[in-house]
Amino acid sequence: MEERSLFIVGAAGEGIQTIGGVVARCFLSHGYPAFATSEFESRIRGGNSSVRIRVADEPRNAPVETADVLLAVNPDALAHYRPALREGGLLISPEGPDTEKNAVQVPFFDLAVEHGGEAIYANAVAAGTLCAAGGLPFSVLETVLANSFSSKGEETVRANVASARAGFDCALPQLAKGRIARIPARSRRYAFASANETIPIAAAAAGCRFMAAYPMSPSTGIITAFARHPELGVFAEQAEDEIAAINMALGASAAGARAMTATSGGGFALMVEGISLAGMIETPIVIVLAQRPGPATGLPTRTAQEDLLFALRGGHGEFPKALLAPSDPQDAIDKTFRAFDLADRYQIPVIVLTDQFLADSQFSLDELTLPENSLKTHLADPKEIGDYARYRLTEDGISPRLAFGQSEHLVVLDSDEHTEFGHITEDLTDLRPAMVEKRMEKGRRLVREMAKPRSYRADEADLVLIGWGSTKGAIDEAVGLLRSRGQDVGSLHFTEVWPLPELDLRDGVRYWTIEGNATGQFARLLESEAGLPIEGRIGRYDGLPIDAETILGALS
Amino acid sequence: MTSIDDYRCDVPNQWCSGCPNFGILTALKRALADLALEPHEICLVSGIGQAAKLPHYLRANVFNGLHGRAIPAAVGIHVANPGLKTIVTSGDGDLYGEGGNHFLHALRRNPNITVIVHNNQLYALTKGQAAPTTPRGERTRLQFDGVEVDPARMLTTAIAHDCTFVARGFAGDIDELSTILKRAIGHRGLSLVEVIQPCITWGNHSIDAYRERLDPVGEDHDSADRARAIELALKAPDRFATGVLYELPPRPTFAASYRKRVGSGALAELDPVDRSVLIKQVERLKIEY
Repeated sequence: MEERSLFIVGAAGEGIQTIGGVVARCFLSHGYPAFATSEFESRIRGGNSSVRIRVADEPRNAPVETADVLLAVNPDALAHYRPALREGGLLISPEGPDTEKNAVQVPFFDLAVEHGGEAIYANAVAAGTLCAAGGLPFSVLETVLANSFSSKGEETVRANVASARAGFDCALPQLAKGRIARIPARSRRYAFASANETIPIAAAAAGCRFMAAYPMSPSTGIITAFARHPELGVFAEQAEDEIAAINMALGASAAGARAMTATSGGGFALMVEGISLAGMIETPIVIVLAQRPGPATGLPTRTAQEDLLFALRGGHGEFPKALLAPSDPQDAIDKTFRAFDLADRYQIPVIVLTDQFLADSQFSLDELTLPENSLKTHLADPKEIGDYARYRLTEDGISPRLAFGQSEHLVVLDSDEHTEFGHITEDLTDLRPAMVEKRMEKGRRLVREMAKPRSYRADEADLVLIGWGSTKGAIDEAVGLLRSRGQDVGSLHFTEVWPLPELDLRDGVRYWTIEGNATGQFARLLESEAGLPIEGRIGRYDGLPIDAETILGALS
Repeated sequence: MTSIDDYRCDVPNQWCSGCPNFGILTALKRALADLALEPHEICLVSGIGQAAKLPHYLRANVFNGLHGRAIPAAVGIHVANPGLKTIVTSGDGDLYGEGGNHFLHALRRNPNITVIVHNNQLYALTKGQAAPTTPRGERTRLQFDGVEVDPARMLTTAIAHDCTFVARGFAGDIDELSTILKRAIGHRGLSLVEVIQPCITWGNHSIDAYRERLDPVGEDHDSADRARAIELALKAPDRFATGVLYELPPRPTFAASYRKRVGSGALAELDPVDRSVLIKQVERLKIEY
């Protein structure tokens, strides 16, 4: 099939998420990978929002800004999003006057009342219309609706199916004959997931038992998953603020429970003193930082990669920490797992950097897998310890860690500079330098196991595009398009961004960074820490995710 | 059997000589010994300040965290290992000021912890500024013309939120204080003990002057009488009602429903979540065709 993008646009509260979810699932059930991303305003009702579905023969997990099909559920949204419809694209709306030859008019609400019995089934009518326009057979939609609504009873299923049928039948004769190619069914199966859906599962698999968080978009889905699925075994508490959240998690961690929290930039700002505490008391913690545009409240429901350097520097004083930046929902599983492992082994805070785009967009993945084995605990064996000192000076800087109550050994943690036994000290001659060295040594060892970037022809291409985290799909697509036009382009994609892995990169190459921020934060890091000369920096900071067209436009 | 010697710790003490904090330390050791708690069964949690150093002077597990954040850390410890006796011991500036929000929400959560507030009515470690408890008009080393705001009355707040154990002791009366602390630590749910602890370095009033302001609640006090308890608590900061002001039968403690699912052990001891549960969650994300 030819790749196509379908935009469903409307106001918050009008059900476009429902329509988008059903239609994406129809393509997937039919054997085709769909990528679904949405952008919306920070409000409960009204405004302009869109759900964008991209379908192709192979997964295309990257945003597009041009629609082949635009379905507008209200006239305001139609006017607002109309420029996104490509020339010759198909416009679907409930009312005219629209005399374009590529316009399809379907009275969603009238058909819903007539066939479903209530106006609320307008979403099903719209889904039916979109399936017709997408070249899907109605039977696929019928199955998806039955599966989606079976828990709500037979009548709900009947009303949905009848309404969808009406939308499908209304659209079909209006679609120019032969222009909509029917898509043959395939027996391909995909996972359809967002990072906010995969991270909680990975955390539970890693043995996480405690999460405290304050609700903040776009991170809230993680704690919600633990509350919704008690079988995951993670205690989840809505804290009074982010300060409480991180301190609760550190208390739980000190008492032996794997613990995490999640937030966005503003909440992370409140957690920063706690991150420093984790560094000082050498207590593991995983923090998911789901980025959104700042400063301050910024654009609460939009996306950005603006907090890299903030996360990196977040915490007064000097102590090691790791920053991981997954690139897709499968990678989010792997990096979450790794975050708990690194936090536990090095007794440090580990931050998993996502963003609204990665947190909320649903990717189609050929496979979705959990690590084979559960994560080993790195608490020490109390039987092997004589006189216990929580901060015993060791060659690798890592002291045997016992938890409160694990044994008769007493565990003393202190946010002050401390002795090996964890008690306050102001011994500036021996202990302070030794404890600083101990913490720094952990950081030096950590560097050696940071994953190198994924390289695509980076060792031979003239131009190498560098990205990190969620921009992988867009950069890969841009590289593919440029190569198809005969340009010698490669890429480097980082998912472990701090400490930077040891890099061995060629000179004389044109390195360009691509990031969701205005100042080229990762470029600055590469220049200052790795001495890599960056020729150009492409930044997007309007609140929307980086797409291939943006990259191509900036390069041309 | 445990004796107070079991809690002896050879860490050099940084308190001023003669500080009433020593009285609190002794009273706490006595209460712990009376309850036959071994050092490893105890977790002391504190924030920052002179009072917050107490955990270093008593052999036990210690979480000496950030200024104002002792309570959330203690809540996390309580959830992760309810078998520990988790005791917060910190100052009024730390717990009522910097950590005031956490104090309020701890009252709602009712974790099974004891909170001991060393109340010296000022900030001592930072050299004598006003605390949330300093009376209006009191001159300090920052509020030179006298404090111009009213003091916080956090015991009243605790009683209003039905904290099931609210008491006040005096650091100069170790016998009575240890009796109160023993009852508080033995109580199931959040127990709050405020201890009047005159600052002998920066304070404007002598220990004896504080002693004269104490009003023991007396044996006939009905500690289940909320209105009376609030009335007594409202005497502060002019007079300090001492003893157990308010006590109710225990109510469900924090994380009770989670504990019903996983049992009462330390979370670190739990078996990993069954892999089939995790696989089912992953499979849920795969689309059938």
